[in-house]
Amino acid sequence: MDWKYLPIFPESASNFAPHVDALYAYLVAVSAFFSIAIAVVIVAFAYKYQRKSDSEIPVPLNEHGAGSMLLEITWSVIPLLLSLVMFGWGAIIFFNESKPPADAMEIWVTGKQWMWKIQHLEGTREINELHIPVNRNIRLTLTSEDVIHDFFVPAFRTKTDVVPGRYTTEWFRPTKVGQYHLFCAEYCGTKHSGMVGTVYVMNAADYEAWLTGGGAGTAPMADKGAALFQELGCVTCHQADGKGRSPKLAGLYGSRVELKGGAVVTADASYIRESILNPLAKIVNGYEPIMPTFQGLATEDQIQQLIEYVKSIGTKSNVAASPGAEKAGPEQRIPLPGNAPAKGVPAKTPGAQQ
Amino acid sequence: MLTATKPPEKSTNYLTDGYGLKSWLLTSDHKRIAILYLISITFFFFIGGIFAAMIRLELATPDGGLLESDVYNKMFTMHGIVMIFFFLIPSIPATLGNFLIPPMIGAKDLAFPKINLLSWYIYVVGGIFTLYVLITGGVDTGWTFYTPFSTSYSNTKVMAAAVGIFIAGFSSILTGLNFIVTIHRMRAPGLSWFRLPLFVWANYATAMIQILGTPVVAVTILLVAMERGLHIGIFDPALGGDPVLFQHLFWFYSHPAVYIMILPSMGVISEIISTFSRRKPFGYTFIAFSSVAIAVFGFLVWGHHLFVSSQSVYAGMVFSVLSYIVAIPSAIKVFNWTATLYKGSVTLSTPMLYAIGFIGLFTIGGLTGLFLASLGMDVHLTDTYFVVAHFHYVMVGGAIMGYLSGLHFWWPKMTGKMYPVLWSKVAAVMVFLGFNLTFFPQFILGYLGMPRRYHVYPPEFQVYNVLSSAGATVLGLGYLIPFIYLMWSLKYGKDAGPNPWGATGLEWQIPSPPPTANFDVTPVVTVEAYEYHAQEVVEVG
Repeated sequence: MDWKYLPIFPESASNFAPHVDALYAYLVAVSAFFSIAIAVVIVAFAYKYQRKSDSEIPVPLNEHGAGSMLLEITWSVIPLLLSLVMFGWGAIIFFNESKPPADAMEIWVTGKQWMWKIQHLEGTREINELHIPVNRNIRLTLTSEDVIHDFFVPAFRTKTDVVPGRYTTEWFRPTKVGQYHLFCAEYCGTKHSGMVGTVYVMNAADYEAWLTGGGAGTAPMADKGAALFQELGCVTCHQADGKGRSPKLAGLYGSRVELKGGAVVTADASYIRESILNPLAKIVNGYEPIMPTFQGLATEDQIQQLIEYVKSIGTKSNVAASPGAEKAGPEQRIPLPGNAPAKGVPAKTPGAQQ
Repeated sequence: MLTATKPPEKSTNYLTDGYGLKSWLLTSDHKRIAILYLISITFFFFIGGIFAAMIRLELATPDGGLLESDVYNKMFTMHGIVMIFFFLIPSIPATLGNFLIPPMIGAKDLAFPKINLLSWYIYVVGGIFTLYVLITGGVDTGWTFYTPFSTSYSNTKVMAAAVGIFIAGFSSILTGLNFIVTIHRMRAPGLSWFRLPLFVWANYATAMIQILGTPVVAVTILLVAMERGLHIGIFDPALGGDPVLFQHLFWFYSHPAVYIMILPSMGVISEIISTFSRRKPFGYTFIAFSSVAIAVFGFLVWGHHLFVSSQSVYAGMVFSVLSYIVAIPSAIKVFNWTATLYKGSVTLSTPMLYAIGFIGLFTIGGLTGLFLASLGMDVHLTDTYFVVAHFHYVMVGGAIMGYLSGLHFWWPKMTGKMYPVLWSKVAAVMVFLGFNLTFFPQFILGYLGMPRRYHVYPPEFQVYNVLSSAGATVLGLGYLIPFIYLMWSLKYGKDAGPNPWGATGLEWQIPSPPPTANFDVTPVVTVEAYEYHAQEVVEVG
């Protein structure tokens, strides 16, 4: 049999893939050991202790009837310990998957029945295709326009639900140039199985060529956001000098905002999105709740552009100012071989420009 | 002709005690109600099986040429709804449990015989709603009804299907309530808790889940109805709701519901392993309490269905570790069943073949659950065919193997007839092999990344899908054969006698089929459960 047609592993093309495959190997080994051991013992007992005559009645094992506290403890504790290894190992991988590095290149993803819409910061947009450079940390910020979808790239061993009304994030570092399946993994209606695409992992030069070629004449997301900021009239109240009726937005992104009532929140993408669509949810201390909702006036794509504009007019500091930033401090990440950003590569890849 | 002395009513049993449709539809005899359930769930099993056949036929080729996408989506949705709510959940409790719990504890009936009949009627009304959905176009949300798709986007018969499930839930609650009261209040003198058959313990634990969990899914369905019908924003973010809230509510019931399906099967297996090795189950109290532990911990692990749903990372970790803890009682059971065979007197009769098949398949089902409880592993595997394979190993390889095992074990008791030995063994082996051929390739498909609920799939996944569809053919035949020979045995089967397997339970001390009242005189229990040595001194007949 040609193993090409009976593969066991999908392609391994991200920083996470080797770790997930190693954990999988451990799980398969433990499972195979117990499955085979139990099968062998059952067959052996069934053969060795087969009934010799209809009247045969076996003698009790001991005076208490059948049972042994020592055995019960043994076969409770050993599986528990093996299980806790599975828990810990899986938790470490998961923890790292949930903490995008600060230097990750950001890409916006919007799911809708039944397509994937991608926006690059440089302004390039794609549908059902995602072009990314190899060996760069990539962070996707995902949302949905309708039902729940799920962004799944088997070769990367990562997956995240794409939920309407909120941002989720997924990050990875592609390690191998190639083309990989992109699947929607959360059932989303009639053409769920048609909501598929291709991830193109390219070397830096090819990626740069693609970016300038494919995105010719397209303004960066932040510039589009700046235009929208005028067009939608945001600028009337959110004045650059801070003298308007609403807070000034320069330097907002990533900062801590004090709300009416004393609560403090980090101004990340989710906060800005909520403030545009549901402005009364969180009122900045010292301001009046006068902002109208932009629900229905700004699309998900446009909100993403507005967020990029707000980002572009100054972030609070040099830390990871991004969706999920409040729990994404790089210092919290557990070092896992190969998971730490490749030294010097992410920020300094030749040709990688902002 | 009138005579002073009536002839002995030796031949009267629950089957001959009254004839005609009315005597069945108005019965309050737990044994007849069990038969009514048996007929109903068998009907739904074959309906659900037809959907499964269509799914496997479609997936034999990658291009989705046989069915439209809409039709395919309805197929897997209806397969799930019918199999879970109208076959698996009622399967063992409502048939074998209903029939056997009273005689096992020395009682004449359940505590509330009329409520027992009512629960069957409620089940039938729920079933009629489901049939209505099937006939008028079906529903395409998946059996999980995830929002906001189910509340705001699907334009199929979501409400009717939800109402069917809502109604059937009350049937489940009433059965559970009846069992709990019966087991507490109606045990024969001398039948203490630790003399109870393990089948009774398992059904008791199941009943706890039924009455505590089912109301939650009923409330969830009402909330879906409020949003879908009245546009009250609960789950749809466009209406101000939270779509992930639905998943929490849904799995708070639906994960414990998995244990509603598997625990009774575990009870069956404990009985059968003991009987066919003539040995008291090794670690009786550990098996008994592991059922209760599963019922309790089963309520604390629902969040492991939400690892990638945007649930908090730390909640994910808590649910992951709890999921490993709930796995331990299942492992304890498997080890104890295996140890029961040690130095026993083992015979491979048909029920035992199914039971050993159960242990094999359930072990694989349980172990692959450990993959999915591991956070980093689940991120890759969730929503792929790995999950499909895992829960079929548990629910089909586990629950249905246990059900068939029990059906073959107690069929002589229920009908008084024996089925053909050779055919039944052939079928047991076919089910085991066909099952593995169907579902084992799906583990590999899942790791390769094939998402579940895909009508069209990339061609490189075809080989494993063809293997799976071939296995499904064998499995389907394996299910059809018992249906034929069990029907055949009703007319042509040899008389089984009261205790054909040499088992110890009280139900084997009465004639087959049992008389309407089960026992002429309430038995007094003086021995421990599974005392094979004391068999001769226990009164037979």
